[in-house]
Formats: sequence, structure tokens, C-alpha cells
Amino acid sequence: MQVYLDNSATTPLLPEVAEAMKPYWSEKYGNPSSPHSLGVECERALTNCRMYLAQLLGVNHQELIFTSSGTEANNLAILGFAYNQRKPGHIITTSIEHLSVLNVMNHLSEQHQWQISYLPVNKQGLIDLKQLEAEIRPDTCLISIGLVNNEIGTIQDLASIGQIVKKYNQQQQQIVLHVDAVQAFGHIPLDIKKNNIHLLTVSGHKIFGPKGSGLLYCDHKVRLQPLFFGGGQENGLRSGTENLPAIIGFTKACQLAMEEYNSRLSQLKLWYNQLLEHLTEIPDHFINSPTNGSPHIINIGFIGIKSEILVHFLEAKGIYVSMGAACSGRRQSISHVLQAIGLTPEQAGASIRISLSPFHTRDEIEYAGKIINETVNEIRSIYQ
Amino acid sequence: MYRKILVRYGEMSLKGKNRTYFEDILIRNMRNALQGAGDYKITKTFGRIYVDCTEDNWQIIADKLSKVFGIVSMSPVLETSLELEAIEHAALALMQDNPKGSFKVAVRRSNKRFPFTSPEMNQRIGALVLRNFPELTVDVNQPDIQLNIEIRSEGTYLFNQVIPGSGGLPAGTSSKAFLLLSGGIDSPVAGYLSLKRGVDLEAVHFYSYPFTSERSKEKVIDLARILAGYTGKQKIKLWVVHFTEIQKAIQQANYPELNITVMRRMMLRVACQLAEREKALALVTGDSLGQVASQTMESLATINAVTNMPILRPLIGYDKQEIIDISRKIDTYDTSILPYEDCCTVFVPKNPAIRPTIEQALEAELHLDIQGLIDEAIEKTECLTVSNIIRPF
Repeated sequence: MQVYLDNSATTPLLPEVAEAMKPYWSEKYGNPSSPHSLGVECERALTNCRMYLAQLLGVNHQELIFTSSGTEANNLAILGFAYNQRKPGHIITTSIEHLSVLNVMNHLSEQHQWQISYLPVNKQGLIDLKQLEAEIRPDTCLISIGLVNNEIGTIQDLASIGQIVKKYNQQQQQIVLHVDAVQAFGHIPLDIKKNNIHLLTVSGHKIFGPKGSGLLYCDHKVRLQPLFFGGGQENGLRSGTENLPAIIGFTKACQLAMEEYNSRLSQLKLWYNQLLEHLTEIPDHFINSPTNGSPHIINIGFIGIKSEILVHFLEAKGIYVSMGAACSGRRQSISHVLQAIGLTPEQAGASIRISLSPFHTRDEIEYAGKIINETVNEIRSIYQ
Repeated sequence: MYRKILVRYGEMSLKGKNRTYFEDILIRNMRNALQGAGDYKITKTFGRIYVDCTEDNWQIIADKLSKVFGIVSMSPVLETSLELEAIEHAALALMQDNPKGSFKVAVRRSNKRFPFTSPEMNQRIGALVLRNFPELTVDVNQPDIQLNIEIRSEGTYLFNQVIPGSGGLPAGTSSKAFLLLSGGIDSPVAGYLSLKRGVDLEAVHFYSYPFTSERSKEKVIDLARILAGYTGKQKIKLWVVHFTEIQKAIQQANYPELNITVMRRMMLRVACQLAEREKALALVTGDSLGQVASQTMESLATINAVTNMPILRPLIGYDKQEIIDISRKIDTYDTSILPYEDCCTVFVPKNPAIRPTIEQALEAELHLDIQGLIDEAIEKTECLTVSNIIRPF
């Protein structure tokens, strides 16, 4: 049996999504900017996607920018915003962001004299809201927060963060709120307007859509400088001929995620609890995920086990999981997230990430639980 | 302007009766190296090889041939008739790129019907060059550039550049040996150096999946692919030994400080048995004295004690930095340093024995079913042919 438990890394394309994309490779292959009917047909499809998504997210369709990935959307949001400011300012983010945020921040501080504050997190991976407020300075103009952490599943208190931003924006300061929702979309409710979100990132391949697709929501009041220049597609913010098959697939994946939202979520919770029951039976384990995190991520460690070896033992038995730290005899690169929640290098090196999909079967979860238990014991017996 | 390359090969021209054999393998290796280099023709004359090419591809050909073992040096050659005027014209054309510094003309006249003697030609051409390039001076002892002119019965050859080759002997002219190829820096360099001495090389890798990842195997395949570029055949056989059960058995025998010693002894046993089956005469390893615990003299002796097969250790005289320099030169370094678990790092004990004795090793192996483990590992061994020509589809 094969059980794919690495859905935070990527997800398989749903057959419905593949089907929706199919005509756009070799039949409806027009360039949406072309004047003839083949182009117009494609432009129509593109506009339909944009309008549909706008409706889904409760925003204006002109506020949506299709990108090639979540990474590109994060880059466009943060760099595009920063490059558009007259002088460098101050940004607040967290120490457990995805690298497509953290490395953009590094770039801004090293090359463009921006000042960045990285909020620490507690053992559950949560930022302290009081500390967030305390970090806000007169020159703070951007707050960038990952809504659901990709390694441990922590859900930040978006409502309160949105309220803080709103409070400051009512007092003449202009703070833009960017939310990286790549791991959140489809897993927790998202209300852009209610939570005062100005910029929001979504990725297609994490929600059973195609690789090479992403979306940035950008509030019409926020100005960005494009990162790509050219034909002026996507409102001038993302030049380059639109990747229509990917956009179609992305939209279809979003549609399914929303239509099946409740049933998927209850399935996820079912698998989450079922698997956790098995895992907690294993002696000497420790759970790194918070108890009220997103139900698709379980980060768990087993004392005395090298996660890299466990990953390979499991894959040999058809179970695919990910690790919290890639370590080798020569070099150890510990996950910055596990470090930030206070794990020692040994603990981080003994931790794996299991990320679930709603589409498992009871048998799959049963098998995975049993095999993980057996394999941990097997490795422990080899190493005594 | 060049349409011919003169290829020189050194010590193999001394090989007496075997010379034709060496030359034929060298030419085969050259042909393999020149795949995709465009049109060319190789001709063998007494003690020399000429490659006829075009003005467009001579540099590509020279570059590819510079990696072929057995070639000492090359010179791109201008070919003219035996007319004096044509020779003079070609000499000036050749010197065009070197209008400064010192030079010397070296004429060799094997065609005795040519009306001028070699000294006369030296003077005549030397004077002509000096007249045309006033910034050049003559230095007959240590010239910056030597303008060589060979007057032969079929025509005249002129050249003034010498492109270094890789030296050594044509790969494959010696017998077969098995290289123990890990994912590290040293073993690919050891493989390269043995290929340089003509060894017909195949590689053995010990794969401990799932203690190591598939990526570690891919990495070894990538290293083998680079080595394939030096085998003369542009491909190499890679034997991937299923080493997992042996690793487990060693771990479970529970002599942690002797893990590495016993593991290396098992590797040698497996490699020897496989080598004998495949009619290889020796093993090649990346050992260099004293770098790590398994490479002290005591360790080498205890490990070596399992076999009578010769073990070639080309790196024995090299410092780490020298090994790294070669690995950079042959392009294996960047692949070697990729950080995946390999079989040498998975079971590293906290305190490995630095001076293990044969008696200690035998005690640690007492409860191992040695022959059974070797047979099982060999039975599950996979043989890959790794080519350095990549075809993705």
C-alpha cells in the first residue's frame, strides 16, 4: 500500500482539475492578448476565472494577480510593496515564516536598508500579540504573517492581528497587512475584508491544483512595483503571457476546495485523530504541533531516532513523510521553525512532519499508523 | 585558420611490439570522446596521430581531446604545399597572433629533395618574421614562441602552439580493476588517477538504503557519470551492492568501536568476490594514510587482511588539499560535497577504534554469517551502465 503523507510539500492534481485544464493545452491555446477569436476565447476564460475567484474571496476581480507560485506571490507582495516606497522603512514578520518570506526580508535588509523585526514564537508556534503591538514604530509600514505554519500547523490569531492593524490605520499610520495563506487556504476560514488583509498569497499545488500556479490578492489601495516588466499583463503587475492552463486548473482547484470545504475538513479531522491515536501509542514520542493547529499537519518526534533514516525506512514501505531537519554526518541544517519553538538540535533531528489530505481512506491511515509504530521500534532495535 | 591537429603521445610510443595495440585503443578513445564534435578524420602515421577537422570545430576537438589519457600534447597545424612562397605566407599568418616577445624558428626537413637545408630555412624564415614583426626578438635558447616547420614529402606543416594533454596511458590498455566508489571527495579522484594509468575501471558502490536515501545513490551515479568521461569509452559500469543487511548485522553484533573496521572488511570481501567473478585483477580505493580512524596504518592492515587481491591506493601520497584540487579539476568536487547520508556516516560510533587489530576484528565478526551475508549482498547487487552522454527522453 502507498500512503502519501507529505501534502504540505505538494498534492496530486485532482482528476477534475486535470480535466478542466485539458482543452487549454492544444485546443484553446490562444494568447488572451491576441485580437482574433482564439485569443478572445482565452481572454474570456481568463476573465471568468478571475471573476469567479473574486467572488469566492469576496474581493474585486481587479485586485487579483495570477502568479507562477506562492513564492512569486510572496515576493511580489513584499518586494513590490517595498520597492514602491520612497525610502526604506520597517517591517514586522515572524521567525517561523516560509523561506520565500524570510529570504525576501534578508534581501531587503541587506541590499535596501530596510529594518526587519522578527517576532519570536512560543512553544505552540504562536506570536505574542502584545509584542506585535510593541514592535510597531512610526515607520512600520508592513506586517507579514504566515497564517498557518507549514511545518507544525500553528494557526495565528488573524482576527486579533487584523484588529491591531485596523486600529493603527485609523490613527493616520498606514500599515499594510500581508498574509501568507498558502497552508491555510482550504483548511481554515478566510475573510479578507473582515480581517483587514491588504495582501494575501495562495498557491495552487497545495490544494490539488497544478504546479506553476499561484495568486496574490492586492487591495486596490495598495500600490506595488512590478518585478517583471513587459506586455503589462495582470494590470501591469505581472507581465508575461498568462499561463492559462495553470490558471484554469488553479481556479478549478479553488472551486472544489470551497465547495467541498466542510466535508474535506471533517475528513481531515477524522484522519488526524485516527492517526494521532496510533502515534501517541509509540513510546518516547513528543508532539511539536500545537493541539489546536491546522488538522492537516502533525509534527512529531521520536527520541533517539534520526528523522532522515525514519523517512527512508517509511518510504521503503510506501509511506511518504517529511522531516523537520535534514541532517547528515557532515552537516546539519536544522529547521528554523523547530528551533524557534525551542527544540534542541537532537529533538529537531528526531522529528518528522506528517501532512494529511482529506482523500485518505480509513485503511490507509490504519496502515500508516501501524507501520510508523513498527518502524520506530525496528530502528530502535537496530540501534539498541 | 586551422584544419588539422597534431596529436603527440609520449611514453606509449616506447612500448615496442605493443605499440599498435596502445595506438588503436588511444584512437578508439579519441573517437568516443569526439562524439558530437562535428566532422573529423583521424590518421595514424609513424609515432603520431593527425586529426583533420574544420576551422569551426578544431578548438572543440582540441578541448575534448585534452581530457583523453595517453595524449601528451597537441598542436593545431597549418598545412601548405612545398612552395617556398606558400611556406613563408603561412609562417607570417601563424605569427600574427604573437607580435611581441621572443621567438625561434625550428625547421625539420625530412624531405631531402626540398631545395633549402634546415639551417638555411631557419635563417630565411627568421629574417622574414623579424622584418614583418619589428617588436619580436630572436632567442634560440628560451624563446616565448617556437615556430615549428616540418618539411615532409607530402607537404609542409607549421605550428607554434602546444596545447597540453592529460598524459598517462590510454584508459583500457591495462586490465580491469574495481573502484570502491563512495559519495565522498577521495574515491572519484582515486578512480581518475587509476584511469590515467590505463586501468579498465568499473565501480562498486555500497548502498544501505533505507539508512541512506535514494539521493545518495543518485549522487554516486552522477560521480560515475563524470568518471565515465575519462574511461575512454565514455561509460562505466557501476555495481550497486545491497549493503543494508550487512550494516544491520554489524550494528547488531554490538561492537560499536569496531563498526567501521568490520564494515570496511565486509566491503572488501564483497568487492573482491564480485571482482573475481567479473575477472578484475585489483581493487582501487580512495584511502590516504591517516586522515580518519579507518585510515591509520593499523586500520589499513586490519582491513586489508581479508584479501590477497592487490589494492591500489593512488591517493596514498596526496594531501587532502591536493586531492581537493584534483577533484575540482576533474569536476567531481561539487557533486562530492552534496550533504546526503552515505554508508560511511550512518553508523559512525562515538569512539571508533583508531588502532584495531586483526584479533579484535575477528572477535567482532565471530557471530556474523560472513559468507552468507556476502552472497546475499552480491545476489541483490544491481549493475548499471552509466554513460556521460545524457539522453533525457
